[in-house]
Amino acid sequence: MASLARSVAATALVTVLGTGVFCWGTDGFTAYTAEAARRADLLRAPRPLPAAVLEDQHGRLFSLDDYRGRLLVVEFIYTRCETICRSLGMAFRQIRDRLPAAALGREVALLSISFDPARDDPASLAAYGRSHGADGEHWRLARVRDAAQLRALLDAFGIVVIPDGRGGFEHNAAIHLVGRDGRLAGIDDLDAPVPFADRLAGTL
Amino acid sequence: MNGVRRRRDAAAGALGALYLLLATPPLRAWLEATMSGHMLVQIPLLAAVGFAACRLLPARRQDALLAAAGGAVPYVVLATFASGWWMLPRALDAALASPLVEAAKFASLPALVGLPLALAWRRLGVIGRGFVWTNFISMLAVLGWLYLAAPLRVCNSYLVDQQQSAGWLMVKLAVLLFACWLGSLFVGGGPAPHARASGCEADRSATS
Repeated sequence: MASLARSVAATALVTVLGTGVFCWGTDGFTAYTAEAARRADLLRAPRPLPAAVLEDQHGRLFSLDDYRGRLLVVEFIYTRCETICRSLGMAFRQIRDRLPAAALGREVALLSISFDPARDDPASLAAYGRSHGADGEHWRLARVRDAAQLRALLDAFGIVVIPDGRGGFEHNAAIHLVGRDGRLAGIDDLDAPVPFADRLAGTL
Repeated sequence: MNGVRRRRDAAAGALGALYLLLATPPLRAWLEATMSGHMLVQIPLLAAVGFAACRLLPARRQDALLAAAGGAVPYVVLATFASGWWMLPRALDAALASPLVEAAKFASLPALVGLPLALAWRRLGVIGRGFVWTNFISMLAVLGWLYLAAPLRVCNSYLVDQQQSAGWLMVKLAVLLFACWLGSLFVGGGPAPHARASGCEADRSATS
C-alpha cells in the first residue's frame, strides 16, 4: 500500500515536471520547431540588428539604419534559387502591389538580401529584381559583402543556410518585418502575403 | 565471484568507451550530419548506453531505486517524457546550435531514458511491456509520417530530403518493430515475460 502511494506520488511528480518542461520548452505548446520558436521570441521582444554594409543592384552602399523611421520588409534569397525564392519573390510582389502607392518608399520599403555574395554581384541582383518586378528603389536587392557581417545578420534574423551539394542552398524562407526603430519585429509565413500586407497597411 | 566482477568491469569499460567515442567531435559530426544518423542512430545509442549501464548496477542498487519510486511506473513515465523531448524538431536544432543543449542531450538520454527503462523493464508484466512497445512504435510511426507529410522543413539544420529519408526510415522501422513484437508474442507462446525479454530488450534499447 505504501509503495502504491509512493508510486502514484512519483508518477504525478514526473508527469507534472515533464509537462512543465514541455510547456516551457515549446512556448506553451505552441512552438515545436526552431522556426516557430524564433517567431514567438520576436513577438515578445523585437530584436536589435547588427550593423552591416549592404550593396544594392546598382552598386550603391547603404545600411539597414538608413531605413530608420520607416518600416522595412526583408526577405533572404540567392538569385540562382529555383524553388522557394520564387515563392518569396511572388509574395514580395503581392505585398508591394497591395500596399498604398503613396506609402511606398516613404513609410515602407522592401529589401531582398542575398546570402550568396560571391555569385550575386549587382548585375545578377538587378536581373533577379527585373524578373520579379522589383523597381530597384522601393524594392531593392542587395548583398552583404563582408562574410562576418553577413553571418551576424543571418544569425540575428534566424536564417540558417545549408549548401545542398548541387551548387544551391537550402534555407528557411519567411517575410521579415523591421520596425521603425530598426529592430526585427516580426516574421511571417510567405504563403500568406496578402493578410500580411493588409496588416502592414493598417499600421502605416 | 571474481570472474563475474571482472566481466562486469570489462563491460563497464566497454560502455564507457562507447559513450566517450560517441562524444568525440568527429563521430558526433558524422552522425549529426544527417537527420537519420542523429535521430535513429546517435540518440538510440545514447539511450542504449544508459540501459546497459543500469544492468551493470548491483541488483541491490536497482531494487533500492525501484523502491524509492514505489515501482516501475514512474520510471516508464519519466522515460516517455525524456524520449519524447528529444523527438521535438526544435530540440534537435537546439542540440546542434548550442553546446549546452548538446551536453544535456548526452546526459539525459542515458540517465533519463535508458536507465529508467532498464530499471522498469524487469518489473513490467506483459501488459506493461505491451504498453511501452505499442506507445513507442506508434510514436515512431506518427512522427515518421509527420516528417513525410510536413509541407515545410521541421529542422532548420537539415535538408528536406533528409527529413524525407528520416521519415521513411522511421515508418519502416515502426512496421518492422511491430512485426517483431507481434511475432515475439506468438513465438514466445506465453510463459513469463522474462523468458523472451532478452531478445526484445536488445531491440528496444537499440531503438528507444
